[in-house]
Amino acid sequence: MTTIINNNAAFSIEDFNLWYGNDQAIHQINMKIPRNEITAVIGPSGCGKSTLLKTLNRMIETIPSVNTSGSIKYNDKDIFSKKMLVEELRTHVGMVFQKPNPFPKSIYENVAYGPKIHGIKKKKVLDEIVEKSLRGAAIWDEVKDRLNQNAYGLSGGQQQRICIARCLAIEPDVILMDEPTSALDPISTLKVEELIKELKKDYTIVIVTHNMQQAARISDKTAFMLNGELVEFTDTDQLFSNPKDKRTEDYITGRFG
Amino acid sequence: MHTNNTSKLKNRVILNKLFKLLFIFATSIALLFLGVLIYRILSQGLDYLTIDFLKNYPAPYIEEAGIFAGLMGSLFMIAITAPVAIILGVSTAIYLEEYAKQNKFTRFIQVNVQNLAGVPSIVFGLLGLTFFVYMLELGYTLIAGALTMSLLVLPVIVVAAQEAIRSVPKELRDASIGMGATKWQTIWRIVLPASIPGILTGSILALSRAIGETAPLIIVGAAAAIYTIPDSIFSKYTVMPMQIWSWTSRPQEEWQYVAAAGIIVLLIILLCMNAIAVWIRNKFQNRY
Ligand SMILES: Nc1ncnc2c1ncn2[C@@H]1O[C@H](COP(=O)(O)OP(=O)(O)OP(=O)(O)O)[C@@H](O)[C@H]1O
Ligand SMILES: [Mg+2]
Repeated sequence: MTTIINNNAAFSIEDFNLWYGNDQAIHQINMKIPRNEITAVIGPSGCGKSTLLKTLNRMIETIPSVNTSGSIKYNDKDIFSKKMLVEELRTHVGMVFQKPNPFPKSIYENVAYGPKIHGIKKKKVLDEIVEKSLRGAAIWDEVKDRLNQNAYGLSGGQQQRICIARCLAIEPDVILMDEPTSALDPISTLKVEELIKELKKDYTIVIVTHNMQQAARISDKTAFMLNGELVEFTDTDQLFSNPKDKRTEDYITGRFG
Repeated sequence: MHTNNTSKLKNRVILNKLFKLLFIFATSIALLFLGVLIYRILSQGLDYLTIDFLKNYPAPYIEEAGIFAGLMGSLFMIAITAPVAIILGVSTAIYLEEYAKQNKFTRFIQVNVQNLAGVPSIVFGLLGLTFFVYMLELGYTLIAGALTMSLLVLPVIVVAAQEAIRSVPKELRDASIGMGATKWQTIWRIVLPASIPGILTGSILALSRAIGETAPLIIVGAAAAIYTIPDSIFSKYTVMPMQIWSWTSRPQEEWQYVAAAGIIVLLIILLCMNAIAVWIRNKFQNRY
């Protein structure tokens, strides 16, 4: 987006509540997600991490029973306003899912999918985007000789990096990641973690993880959620070494959750 | 205690064998009847199945009688029925699965489409007679017959397409929508390609049922004896099963053999259609 932005928050979340039917899943959350940093969201299962993440690019609206109140601003624009085209929001705020979900198409077609749906047709331009994105996702060398093979033939870790490349190809500003390494083995996990740290230079990243070491390793800021509330949100070092809230301390020392 | 357990185990093993035998028996009966049927048809009809039989029009003399008009009529009919029924059926399935709100009205339509798939074909014939032949004044023409057949196979195609669309994993749609694709882009580029094998297999099986149907076509006026092949969609026409049926209803025994030859041609066409369905399923099988 071309507007000049004064404050350094990619997202400003204010008094945000969310219900699935009659069940409230998110209670009165206020937080500012900083630009060009990695923000980790941790918390026990069912505390609302995925729900919060999916709200940021309005993917949550694919569930019909959802209601919300409060406001979320992306680059100072209300994401729920009528003027905000949801398709446009999602090209600025890309998403990588928990389970690698490549399309049953070739590696090339997977990565070119985003640019194609946004109207890019020239083969040469597409070729460039595909190569750049695959390089950005640190998988170019592994797949450059078999771009026309089906992405289903790759390992889980490779598939996940293809999905990251696919996301980079729409040139987003923000990348949302919901437990991107939970389906991967330790070596693939390390590769993806390194990639995420690398991506930080150019992107704002919000990552949900169950793995506290992972949060500590890669993130700049960490949010701890419990039962739909945001308990604590501060610098990662601070949160893990010197938590302010008793509940955060109990969680990171493994006393529950 | 121990002995008790062993004897129980023995019972289960015996029961297991018993059921296995029962199922083998059931399968053999079905196969036996099929075998007898095919044997009788082949032994009666093979001698009459000549090139001339394929090339000739119906005739009063056995040596000159042929199935050409029926064969071409059936093929022309499928050529109209298939696109009409598949386009309408897939569109309906997309609407019901992707766009319709999940409310009472949608469920009502849903249940009725499924019920329609079980309605006797002769009822569709009556519908075609009232609507296409009389109300739209199409008369006893190829197009009226083909549209009636489209109605007949439509419910089956809708149900098959719905199932194929439903089996496309949500993760694939989410991936597409999450990149800013519109709903229609997602349907066109992800959902439909992934469900094509299911849609085509279901459609071909439905169409091969249609190609063997006689009852509705008798009602909408397919002719039994015709000496031309259709030259427009408003021509008179006949189809293979009509032709076969008219031969079986003649008194002389030899006509039965001619009918058997016709049945062989019909069976070969059915086999080809089923083979195409299997081939499509294997070729486009998705591995999610
Ligand atoms: N589609 C849905 N319909 C109704 N309730 C839902 C739905 N999805 C999630 N919930 C509820 O909302 C709450 C938060 O779920 P969410 O998936 O955001 O948790 P999470 O923190 O991501 O958990 P996990 O770590 O297990 O992924 C849970 O109580 C869950 O039962
Ligand atoms: Mg989750």
